[in-house]
Parts: sequence; structure tokens; C-alpha cells
Amino acid sequence: MVEEKRILVVGGGISGISAAVDAAEVGYDVTLIEKNPHLGGRVAQLNKYFPKLCPPNCGLEINFRRIKNNPRIKIYTLAEVEKISGSEGDFDVTVKLNPRYVNENCTACRACVEVCPIERPNEFNFGMDKTKAVYLPQDFAFPLRYVIDDKLCKKAECAKCVEACTYNAIDLNMKVQSLSLKVGSIVWATGWKPYDAAKIDNLGFGKYQNVITNMMLERLAAQNGPTNGKILRPSDGREVSRVAFVQCAGSRDENHLPYCSYVCCLASIKQASYIREQYPDAQVIIFYIDIRTPGRYEKVYLKAQKDEKIKFIKGKVAKIEEDPATKDLTVTAEDTLSAQKIHEKFDLVVLATGMAPTTREWKIPANVSYDVDGFITSSPEIGGMYAVGCALKPLDVYSSIQSSTAAALKAIQSLVRR
Amino acid sequence: MEKKIGVYICTDCEIGSSLDIDKLTKVAIKQKASVVKTHPSLCQKEGVEFIKRDMAQEGVNAVIIAACSSRVNYDVFNLGIPLVERVNLREGVVWTHTPNDEDTQMMAEDYIRMGILKMQKMEAPEPYKVENLSKNVLVVGGGLAGITAANEAAKAGYDVFLIEKNDSLGGWMTKIYKQAPTKPPYTDMEEPFINNLIKEIQQNPKIKIYTSSLIEKIEGSPGIYDVTVKQNGNLETFRAGAIVEAAGTVPYDATKIIHLGFGKYPNVVTNYMMEDMTLKGTIVRPSDGKPVKSVAFIQCAGQRDENHLPYCSATCCVESLKQAKYIRLQDPDSKAYIFYRDMRTPGHYEYFYKSMQNDAGVFLTKGDVIGITEDENKNLAIEVENTLLGEKIRVNADLVVLATGMVPVTALGEEILPPGVKPGDEFIPYVMIETDILNLVYRQGGEVPVLVNGYPDSNFICFPYETRRTGIYAAGSVRAPMDISSTIIDATGAALKAIQCIELTARGEALHPRVGDISYVDIFMQKCTQCKRCTEECPFGAINEDEKANPLYNPTRCRRCAICMGACPERIMSFKNYSVDMIGNMVKNIEVPEEEEEKPRAIVFVCENDAYPALDMAGLHRLSYNPFIRVVPLRCIGSMNLVWVADALSKGIDGILLLGCQYGEDYQCHMATGSHLAKIRLSKVAETLDRLKLESGRVQMTQVSISEYHKIPQILDEFMEKLKGFGPNPYKGF
Repeated sequence: MVEEKRILVVGGGISGISAAVDAAEVGYDVTLIEKNPHLGGRVAQLNKYFPKLCPPNCGLEINFRRIKNNPRIKIYTLAEVEKISGSEGDFDVTVKLNPRYVNENCTACRACVEVCPIERPNEFNFGMDKTKAVYLPQDFAFPLRYVIDDKLCKKAECAKCVEACTYNAIDLNMKVQSLSLKVGSIVWATGWKPYDAAKIDNLGFGKYQNVITNMMLERLAAQNGPTNGKILRPSDGREVSRVAFVQCAGSRDENHLPYCSYVCCLASIKQASYIREQYPDAQVIIFYIDIRTPGRYEKVYLKAQKDEKIKFIKGKVAKIEEDPATKDLTVTAEDTLSAQKIHEKFDLVVLATGMAPTTREWKIPANVSYDVDGFITSSPEIGGMYAVGCALKPLDVYSSIQSSTAAALKAIQSLVRR
Repeated sequence: MEKKIGVYICTDCEIGSSLDIDKLTKVAIKQKASVVKTHPSLCQKEGVEFIKRDMAQEGVNAVIIAACSSRVNYDVFNLGIPLVERVNLREGVVWTHTPNDEDTQMMAEDYIRMGILKMQKMEAPEPYKVENLSKNVLVVGGGLAGITAANEAAKAGYDVFLIEKNDSLGGWMTKIYKQAPTKPPYTDMEEPFINNLIKEIQQNPKIKIYTSSLIEKIEGSPGIYDVTVKQNGNLETFRAGAIVEAAGTVPYDATKIIHLGFGKYPNVVTNYMMEDMTLKGTIVRPSDGKPVKSVAFIQCAGQRDENHLPYCSATCCVESLKQAKYIRLQDPDSKAYIFYRDMRTPGHYEYFYKSMQNDAGVFLTKGDVIGITEDENKNLAIEVENTLLGEKIRVNADLVVLATGMVPVTALGEEILPPGVKPGDEFIPYVMIETDILNLVYRQGGEVPVLVNGYPDSNFICFPYETRRTGIYAAGSVRAPMDISSTIIDATGAALKAIQCIELTARGEALHPRVGDISYVDIFMQKCTQCKRCTEECPFGAINEDEKANPLYNPTRCRRCAICMGACPERIMSFKNYSVDMIGNMVKNIEVPEEEEEKPRAIVFVCENDAYPALDMAGLHRLSYNPFIRVVPLRCIGSMNLVWVADALSKGIDGILLLGCQYGEDYQCHMATGSHLAKIRLSKVAETLDRLKLESGRVQMTQVSISEYHKIPQILDEFMEKLKGFGPNPYKGF
């Protein structure tokens, strides 16, 4: 397979989608590749956006419609960049297409799920529930098509799904394919991963069940999450009444992420509102170093300050301990304003873990420069490559999309120059 | 060409096993579809071939696919003809209702009937082509944002007009000494690059620069803006296709911050003055010209303060750290104190903050400044409480720098509300501040409506470039407080949006959110009563008025939301494929069973952007909901015309429910005011209901978001329960 010269966008989260759609609507051909089986990336996992508390699926829906209606955009899911050669205006890219084992005949009827005997932890929900080995990645998945977990499916040995599917949609013999693209420019929208909270020793994540990350809370609060939107303690499924948020968990910390992840203050304030909405009597305490709500986001902070059930304490959390019997948690912190030590009991602790760029661990197979944290800085010699969103720096959704729209123009310029 | 309608009923995905397909076929035939066929699986290759064969052999040129939702298999059913309609029997009927049930069957039959009626009223739209379209970009403002937008648009091959009111380019950027760090290791100040950028655009033949110039007026619409510029008393008019508004900001008026001593004590200066002083040479005390040994920076001066600027200007923390570095470099023995509320150094700026924390000559603390006093030598003493030292402290300094914020120039004018709207009204369609920047010849005012605090920012997180004026994009600090690197990104993005607008307009296609829609409004002027509702209610200012109040429609400003169609009492606003008549016809032909059958009927008008997908998700989850409703998707709930309510009720329909997006301050309506307008229109329906002697509760609106699919069954059940309380509509059988 060889395609005409076009723009390649790598990463199908909100940044990649926005860059692809924006370039295509000008009139350029775009190929968008995503390594997951569905588009949407991190924002698809969010329950609501700050500051409006609106659902990310609303904007995704519009964007998906723009993709559906635009023949200039070609999407590939389960796709990864393998090799890149050439320079601005003239790149040859090899893309690896991983097998989905489900073809375009799939009508999302679910007959396969009924018969599949294998379960797998649902990574979309951070392992808080399970799916079958054949699964729909999530409710709003686009494309709306099932996929089979390559690692767990027993393939020919079982093949119950093949029998159950009346559409011949399951093909367990699918193989990895290779796609060759000729592109003029490349947009890197490779996004971010939540920093691994288990690395922060003193905060007990991975040790204590009721210490969760902010991204896990998003899933707990989402209707299509593991608890159908009810925020419950992981240890016993109980409702919560006292919740602590630990800001800068692994951010602004030279042992972890030295930079500020920009969104966590706003995310925690937003999440405090989820708790307050579900549990009108619940008490929320946010432990912070600085509350960073720039620009008009200040309003979000102001509103939260007026809520007497939300308390802000300036102070870094020193440690978290668990009562093994009740699984309640005691947070030790110092209130730096009153210089007092605090020991408070909570039934749920949420770590505001930061964003690590995907390129912290995975590197682009081309001559690209990174800063010490793995954010993409430039591609000086070859040109024609543009990083957007959280591949560039920690950004909120709004600014990520601005960077995507800007990169769409840069990518077009790379084609025009040739 | 005569329309030949083919109806294709899919029997897959439980449709065939849940419905009586023969009866459905009969309904379609009775409704005068030319070809009616069933297929075991339309979305599979053979199914599509099956339809295409009829198109080729039987001359079917209008296809109705009665199968799954239009949200899926969009690519499969792209048949290369404009007239394709999807009747949602899967998610909308069989996945959400009892199989082989009389009510489920009736629902499916109604949907088939409505689909055919819709198709009968539908015509293929032809794109609106503009004559003498200009692909040039107009950039208003010659600061960093404007220069960047001009430069980036030119690099993509577009000609640019750049208008700057001052006699030189560069704006604030020419007035700074150094830039904050943006490159690894993110700790070193950088040389301003603005002069290189100015040179670059001055040498670019694609960019025509007008300095000392103001915009006299802008007439027209995207693709055909006629811009009149006044330079040194001379007027010049040229045509542009789209506009980037990069008019920038001014510092907040520091004389308003008297409590911090500005204007009272000569050695209290603003951050802007500090920058200027450093640029000119030495940082000295204004009172006596002596070099400064100690500086106290007071953050959030007149910001994050409801009496001044309620927002945070986003850049001042970093700027003060930078200025602290100025003084530390000027004199290694000097001291810098920074009093902040929260140190806001997001992202990589944290490295710079850290480096400054490591400088022993820089003292940083959270604290509230409670007062500043001056001694006889004009030395200043700053009193601060709630500090990290746990006590009230007093610091002496040679100079105090107030970190004042920025005010967009779009905020510097009189706030004008639309006619008939008062401050505090429940519904304020837009807020216009007349500032003399763009001077648009628009019926709804000369500028871009502002969102909050005078910024013409976007209301949409997912669509940051969305404004209420098609083809006009705000960029840089005029749109929101932002730093240098954000400004460059923002301006580049705005240039892309301007170019995108031009290209879409050239192809006759709508812009976001209905990108690619080629339909546009046709106005049947003979029946216009000059009531002005369309010109007032259009959220995008697409319709001007002549002196007799006749609407003057500008197709390239139009977003095809059809809110005007909902507004018009004479029903003269129509699209080729969407009209009052079309929806009215669907509504009027829903079969209404006799009263004795105890089968009520309600119409649910849904927003196709959010509520409709939510209904689909309910289907995907097999949530079952009331079978007595009939769903009619609308482009925007604001396109709902009240005549449909009257039509439906006089036919015996028991109630009407609108499912629209959230309105109010944090509105989610993609058409800005559509859902709110629908709500207001409904409140006026009581009169019609009174005339018909019906309860007003029969017509109702509920706000629902796309993720609230789980609430759908309950919302519908509650509404039907309520209708039950009213008893059957007495007009049944008329």
C-alpha cells in the first residue's frame, strides 16, 4: 500500500484529531494514526472538562462527525510508526498496523462478548473493572468496532466468538500489516501518560487501595466508568465522606517530574465538585503548594473557595498511612501558613499525579530532540515535524488544541514550500 | 430530474426478528416510495451493492436506508448522491423497545413514514459560490500576535494586509529588555526576537503593512470583506477573505491601585515601567535617580481582585521572577523580594522559579501586602501578613514594583446590550463593547461580541477559535492573558483558521460546527413582515437589515444552524434540505391512535449534536424507553419553529418535549444561543395552548448532555407520566 503525499498526524487524542481535522478542512489530505483501537485519547477518559464542567464526548462527537464527513482524512487505529526517512516535504514512513481480529463487518452486536470465556483488566478504566478478551474499547468508541486482545485471546484454540458472529466479522488469522506512506510533514500528537504514582513512596499508591490517582477518579465519576458514575471507595465500595486531594503528587519534585503539570490544580478543584455533587455532606481538603489557575480559570478557584466544604491547605503531604482494619487513611502534612502539623483521617485520597510525555519512554524513530523530561523540542536537521499538545509541554485541553491548529498551518507550510 | 425514492429496510441486528417487516414495507409503498426492498444485511458489501444496483438499473436517486443510526456506517452508506436519508430502526427502535410488540411496530412504521415524507420535501443543495472572492487575510494589530499571524499566513502562500495603529510595529515586545526562558534548560533569559520578526515581514512581498492606520469600516462577509483603512487621513479600500483580530492589551490603570502607593510614592512603579527602565539602561529610583539596591515585587496588584481585575493575567509571576533577575544581575549585592499569593509558574517555568529560589539574593514568600509607607528619603517599607514565616513582616526597599495585569483593548469601550435587553436579564444574547477596532458593518454591532471580562475568547474548550463572528479570529493577549510562546501558537492557529475559513467559503461549505454543509438559507421575501426576529436572533450576526428592516442575508457568515428558521413567524427561512414545511409535514403525519386505544403520542425534538447521540448511546446500552414518543432530530434545538407545536397539538399529539443543550453562563449549545432561544420560544407557547384550551405542561424542554444517556429513559417516562395526568389531547381524531 502506498499513498499520495499528505500530512501525517501521529496520535488520535484531542490534539491529533484537532490537527488532522483543521488541516483537512483547509483542503489537504491527512492520515491520522492511533495506536489504540479507538480515537479520543486521554480526554475520552475524562468525565468532565474544567472550567465549564461539560462532557468531553460532546466535542469529540463533533470532531468525529467532521472526520466522518471529510474524505480527505484517513484514519488507522492500532497503528504505530515504525520507520521514518527523508526530510521536510518528502518523508517515507512505515506504519505497523496491528491486527484487530475484527473486520469492518462488525455491527457492534455483542454476540461475541457473550461467548468469550476470557477476561482482561480494562485499561480504559485503569484496571478497576474487566472486559472480555473481545471488547468494545469504550461506549463512545470511534470507530464503533470491537477488538480482540492479542495477548490474552487463545485464538484458534477457542474461537467461540468466530462461531457466534453471524457477520463473519472475526478473523483470528489477521496478521500485522505494514503501510507505507509518503508524507510532506508530520505532526506529533503523541500525548501523555499519567505519572506512575507507585513511584512516589510516601503516598502509598499501589499499597493502599483507597489511595487513587486523579485519572482514576475521572473514571469513577464517569457514567461509562467501572461504577456507573458513582464515586465509591475501591476497598469496600462504600460511599465517601472525607476526601483529600494531594497536589503536585510527583510534580514539581526533582525526584519525579521537576516541572509543573499545569492542569492538576484545576483538575482537583473540578473533581472536588464531583464529590460535592454526589455527596452534599462530604468534606474535601486540597493540600497544595500553589494554586495555579491562570487567566479566567481564576473564577473556578474563587467558586471553590466559597464552598465551605472545600478546604485549601497550603502544605506538602509528608506521608499517608492506612488503618489496616478500616482501610481509612491518615494524611500527615504541614500547614505552611500556620506552621502546624496536620494529621487528618480520610476515606479516600486522590493523588493529583502529573503528566509525563509519552516520549519520556518511547522515542520517535527519527532525528528529533527532546528536553530532559522527554518533551519534544525540535527536529532541527530534517524539519517538517511539529509537536503538539502534551508532546510539547504540559497543557490543558484548550491550549493543546490551539497548538494543534497552529501545527496544522506549519504542516501545510511544509507542503507548500516544496 | 425527478426524484425516485428507494426505501431499503435492513433486517439485521434484530430488526427483522423484532418487527413485522412486511407491514413496514406496506407502509413505505403506501407512502409512495417508488422502490421498497428488504435486505438481510445492508451494511455488508452485498447490501450496498444491492442498493447501488437499483440506483444504476432502476434510476433510484433518493435513498432511504432503514437500518442503524446515521452515526454509524456513515462511510458504508456514502453512495455518492446527495439525497440519502437514514431511518434509525436499530438504536432508535428495536434496541430500545420490546420486540414484536404492537407499539414498537407502530413506532417503526411512523419512522419509515416520516423518513419518506422528509425525503419528498428534500432537495439537493447546491453550494453557494461567492463572486470575486478574496483569499487575502486581514490582520488587525502589529504586535507579536499580529506579526506572527501575518508571517505564518504568508508562509502558507496567502497575501496579507497588516494594520497597525501606531507608527511602528512590534507592540509591547519592543518594550521589553529580555524574555523569560522558553528553551531547555528553561532557566536562561532570552534576547527578544521581535526585531528580526519585524524585518522578516517587512521584506515579505506578500505582506502589505499599514502603520499609523485605523480601520474605518469593514463591510461584507467572509470571502468578500471590503475593508476601508484610514492612514494619515487617506482612505483606502481593499478586499479580504478573513480577519485575525490581534489588537492586544493595555496595562491595567495603576492609578486605581492607590492602596499600594502608586501615584503617591514616586518609587512605586509598575512592572511595565520596570521593563522600560531596564531597557533604557540602569534600574534607578525615580525619586532621586540612585541605582536600586533592593526591590520588592508585589504580585497580583489589582488582579485576582473583585474590585479590579477579577482574573489572573497569567504572566506576571514569571515576569517578576525575570525582573528580579534583572536587578540581581545589575548588582550582585542587591536584594529582590517577591510577595505572591500563589506562585504561578506552570509547565517548564517551574525550572526558572527553582533557579530563582536557589539565588540567595531573592526572597520569595506567599503573603498579603497590607500596606506600604514612605520615609523622608522616599524609602519604602512594605508590611506583609500571612507569610510562610508565620508572622507579620516588614521589609524595606528602594523600589516597589507592582505586578499589574493586562486589559484587552476590546474591553475599552461602552458595553452595549442588544435592543430590548437589560443587564441582569435571564437571557442576554451577546455583549458588545463598541471599541472602534474593527468597525464591522453588522446589524448586531461593530465588534466581535465579548465573552468574559471584555475578552472575545471562545466559550468552547474543544474549539478555542470559535467566535460569534464567522471568519474573524481573535489571537494573542486580546483573546486571553497569555505569555509569548502561547501568543505565537495562538496567532499561528488563528492564521490557520482564517485560511480555513477562506478555503471553505471558496468551496461554498459551512464552517464549524456544520463543516462541509453546502445548504444555505433561501428567504421567501414576499411574505416577510420585517419583524426583525431573524436579524436579532442569529447568533453569528449573519443577517443585516436594510432601512425598511428587510433581512439582508450573508450566506458566508451563516453557520447553517437554522435558528432563523425557528425564529421566523412567517416560515420564510428555508434550506433546500431542511425547512419548516419538511419537519411540519413529518410531524403532521405521525399516526395518532384513537383516544380509546390509550396509546398517547409525544414528539421529542432533539438536538442532533448532543441529545441524538445520547439517545443512540441509550440504544447501544439496550436501555429501554417509552414507545409512545417519536424522535425528530433538529440541526439545533433553536431551529424549532413554534408552528410545529401547533401542528402537532392540533393533530392530537399529546405533548412535545425538547431535548436541548445546556444554556446559560456555561452554555454547551454549539450554536451559542440556540437552546436558550428554544426555551424562550417555548415560554411564549402558552398563548397557543390557551387558544387550543390545552395545558401548558404539554410542551416542555429539558437540558441533556451527550453523556447523560442513562437519564434518557427516565426523562421520557416522567414526561409521559405527566401527559397521562393531563389526559388525552382532545383534538385526537380531528
